[in-house]
Amino acid sequence: MMADAEDVGAMDPDDKGGIHDFSYEDARSVPRSSGPTPSQTVGPFFAYGLTPGAYRYRLPEIHRTALAGPEVAGDRITLEGQVFDAAGVSVHDAMVELLQADCNGTYAWEQRNDGFTGYGRAGTGAEGPKGDTHFKFHTIKPGATLPEHAPFLTLILTMRGLLNHCVTRVYFPEDAWADDPVVLQVPQSRRATLVAEAIEPGRYRFNIRMRGDQETVFFDV
Amino acid sequence: MKAPLGRRWHHMPEMSFPDYKSSVSRAPGEAPVKVDKWDASLVLRPVWPSLPSGDADLTANGRTNGEPIGERLLVEGKLTEETGRPVPGALIEIWQANAAGRYIHKEECHPAPLDPNFMGAGRTITAADGSYRFITVKPGSYPWGNHRNAWRPAHIHFSVFGVGIGQRLVTQMYFPGDPTLPYDPIFNATTDAAVRNRMICQFSIEDTVPNWAHCYKFDICLGGGIATPFEEDRHDG
Ligand SMILES: [Fe+3]
Repeated sequence: MMADAEDVGAMDPDDKGGIHDFSYEDARSVPRSSGPTPSQTVGPFFAYGLTPGAYRYRLPEIHRTALAGPEVAGDRITLEGQVFDAAGVSVHDAMVELLQADCNGTYAWEQRNDGFTGYGRAGTGAEGPKGDTHFKFHTIKPGATLPEHAPFLTLILTMRGLLNHCVTRVYFPEDAWADDPVVLQVPQSRRATLVAEAIEPGRYRFNIRMRGDQETVFFDV
Repeated sequence: MKAPLGRRWHHMPEMSFPDYKSSVSRAPGEAPVKVDKWDASLVLRPVWPSLPSGDADLTANGRTNGEPIGERLLVEGKLTEETGRPVPGALIEIWQANAAGRYIHKEECHPAPLDPNFMGAGRTITAADGSYRFITVKPGSYPWGNHRNAWRPAHIHFSVFGVGIGQRLVTQMYFPGDPTLPYDPIFNATTDAAVRNRMICQFSIEDTVPNWAHCYKFDICLGGGIATPFEEDRHDG
């Protein structure tokens, strides 16, 4: 697992120092231009700050993997999956964020009586590099958010090695996803990567593949 | 619903930057798909839970028997859209190494001491004028395994969620004059120097608090959103 160790402070005992492998233009004094702040990787050590609960760090958890309490209307579902790198190895240090509408297709944008926020987070390696690498959410099935569109969940993926986050959608196999106006803008051969697999009633699997002929579609948002 | 503006790619790092080795195996192979429709999630702010009090003070939220060791800092700034309009109500989360360059993360193995009084993570919500402020200590530089004699410049990780998924940003804040910046593949993956220097905070003597803490300013600008950002588009769909 050397590839996994390369960012995590793992030091080579034979490192005698000296000439650096990489160096770039020293432009520290170049005046900054104005515009969007560049993205950077989330790195390997985000868990104690961004998803502390599942990893048993002591910062109080504010984002959960269970999005719907007992008051929230809708059909209960679970969504689980793994993230696979270019070599097909499952990633143990990714963070997946889920954003969704309620069962009527309405997003929560102010505090609601049922406590529904439509936002959650999961890590893929709470048990360490040798443990289970699934992310898993407990939530409700969303309604369609626009007429003529199929219901979907939005996932935002960040991980070590990813310099910009990736955004994808999860559609459900029982819905008319093939006619969804956003899906129709994806090359036909890639559309099925946006559809979850029903493992059993109410339980869906959605794997994210970074490369290969099943590479997951990411959207430019 | 208007079309997503899309990521402001010419301000962003390369997806796959070979000097940063794990980017090669983890970046997607295909370009992201541009679409002319999305829905309200593009421009609706998620509801954030109320934060535990003191969450923005990293010199307080990890104490067990005293104050953390290190150079005390105020890190503050303003969150804006590209138009300059402030972004209030945004969630900003930070995490960082301690003054010795050590993270509390269980997989971290740099032989530098942990600080029993420093956890290294905090959160806040931006105020009506887009401003935010954290109290922390200056993080140390730490080695990593990317290549020979590799050191990350001192940095604070930032996660920002503004108005909708079009305003999602994960970034890192660096310090002015850091001698390791010209050797860091992650910082330099943003190849335009004037653009990547936006990630370097600025020391402010005006806002430095006498006898207490240095102040560094770090303004954050969020690109993205909808292609024609007019107010009336914010709650449709
Ligand atoms: Fe770091």
